[in-house]
Amino acid sequence: MSKGRYGIHGGQYVPETLMNELEKLENAYEHYKKDPEFINELDTLLKEYAGRPSLLYYAEKMTKDLGGAKIYFKREDLNHTGSHKINNVLGQALLAKKMGKTRIIAETGAGQHGVATATAAALLGLECEIYMGEEDTIRQALNVYRMELLGAKVHPVTTGTRTLKDAVNECMREWVSRVDDTLYVLGSVMGPHPFPMIVRDFQSVISREARAQILEKEGKLPDVVMACVGGGSNSMGMFYEFINDESVQLIGCEAAGKGVDTDRTAATMAVGSEGIFHGMKSYFCQDEYGQIAPVYSISAGLDYPGVGPEHAHLKDIGRAQYVPVTDDEAVNAFEYIAKEEGIIAAIESSHAVAHVMKIAPTMRKDQIIICCLSGRGDKDVAAIARYRGIDLHE
Amino acid sequence: MNRIEKAFDNKKAFIGFITAGDPTLDKTEEFVLEMERAGASIVELGIPFSDPIAEGPVIQNANIRSLSAGCTTDKIFEMVKSLRTKTQIPLVFMGYVNTLYKYGYEKFFAKCQEVDIDGVILPDVPFEEKGELQPIASKYGIKVISLIAPTSEKRIQMIAKEAEGFIYLVSSMGVTGVRNEITTDIESIVKNIRSVTDVPVAVGFGINKREQVEKYMSVADGAIVGSAIVKIIEKYGEEAGSHIYDYIHEINAAAN
Repeated sequence: MSKGRYGIHGGQYVPETLMNELEKLENAYEHYKKDPEFINELDTLLKEYAGRPSLLYYAEKMTKDLGGAKIYFKREDLNHTGSHKINNVLGQALLAKKMGKTRIIAETGAGQHGVATATAAALLGLECEIYMGEEDTIRQALNVYRMELLGAKVHPVTTGTRTLKDAVNECMREWVSRVDDTLYVLGSVMGPHPFPMIVRDFQSVISREARAQILEKEGKLPDVVMACVGGGSNSMGMFYEFINDESVQLIGCEAAGKGVDTDRTAATMAVGSEGIFHGMKSYFCQDEYGQIAPVYSISAGLDYPGVGPEHAHLKDIGRAQYVPVTDDEAVNAFEYIAKEEGIIAAIESSHAVAHVMKIAPTMRKDQIIICCLSGRGDKDVAAIARYRGIDLHE
Repeated sequence: MNRIEKAFDNKKAFIGFITAGDPTLDKTEEFVLEMERAGASIVELGIPFSDPIAEGPVIQNANIRSLSAGCTTDKIFEMVKSLRTKTQIPLVFMGYVNTLYKYGYEKFFAKCQEVDIDGVILPDVPFEEKGELQPIASKYGIKVISLIAPTSEKRIQMIAKEAEGFIYLVSSMGVTGVRNEITTDIESIVKNIRSVTDVPVAVGFGINKREQVEKYMSVADGAIVGSAIVKIIEKYGEEAGSHIYDYIHEINAAAN
């Protein structure tokens, strides 16, 4: 009877209060995704407002420097609002509007999803409230002000670890209190069904474009497709259209923080175990009694103790591989891609870049890697400076 | 007749909630006995969870106090075992499903049977998801209490038909916590439930005053009070026992 399963993962583990609302959302989505008017409106927004299609960029200098596989970047950082988050948000906000909702709420970690949601709300005339861990409002102060500029109200969340997980908790509590006029615009391929499906569908534009672009440029499929994984939305978007291409290796890069052998990590696939949390069955960082572990990463966007259920399934069946990348490796990659390619990539995306740096030299020159640059790194500059011991404040 | 049925047999049930291990497990035992002495007919014991998404700030803080004091699922079972030598009051666990899943459903419900727990309330397991644990709970004689919410609408009868033990009727939208006013049309929901089942209905969420307890005991079969009791523990800590007794004695319309 349970819906939205990916192997054993997924489902709808939420309070009864939300069950009717989830069904309404699912029905609305199933209806509108086939509605030509909705499809047309969303396509227009993605093209005229978000700037799609995003570029598939050949990183020639990096390719030469690393001396192995050809490296391409899918430039989601060039989207309006600076990350892939806008793809999903425009879809969900438009859906909210069609459903007659007047208010949207969202959680945010790094602030990318919050900024994207506030942007879509401004554009579509919806009220918007964002929940952000207090710790993250400090790490990403600029994004807080950005959301406020866009007309959103930002609630710093002071419960628990005061990061992304707690922001999701508060957002769910708020949604349970007020479902009539409000849609929870979830930012990743996680939570109860239908969110993992809806977010994946809206993000799959990344791989739909990338697959066509690489076939046009190279006349063949890539050997490796990679992206960073927190909840897993840019990676699911980057993987989705390649899942049936069995020759394409899929690699998700998790945030290892200080290392998977320390307790300062957020690498769910590496150190987590099966559990049920935030509406879904999946893998979570937790203790032997099922208490959710406090996780850590330099990246506020990857600092999450779980992972989307479809990723958990891709891991179970061996279709995708997940690797941990430490803070140090990500910061090195952040600096490397800036100097080598003139691209300041988000610290989240830099986790994937770090893994490109590891594997590209081990591959042949006729092989191809596509790595998703999920966001731009302007928001991270001050934090990286601090990491390097430079006292720079926004 | 099982303990839960007895609690509702020709009488209204006052159901009190506390978080196990808040502030310590020894005190939990004492508080349960105080609640019984004050006329509570069922006690709900919260299994603390790191991220209780259905709770308001009062019970969230109780979870933090309990976990910080080192409470674990195993220690709760030990406490219940000891408590059972002192009382036969129906005891129902209220917990988040991850703590059960991680413990192992089979092992968890076997342990419930061993220490003589009567039922479980799982706020993040709706009707559609209970299939993975209900048969295991039944095997060990543990009732899985169903929740019905103000938004359940067409789901009410589907849930009520399969309900056992009692039905937890959520009075209001949102999370647990004290409320001054409850606007949901409880009467019509109860009527709807009654059309398909005789399982007793207890109303919870936001109840903290004697008038509210009286009202829901007249409309339904019982009233559940949680946050208001937990607030007393927050205030008096280890000394809360007599205050819990006084409070329940004052608001429990069924007892006098």
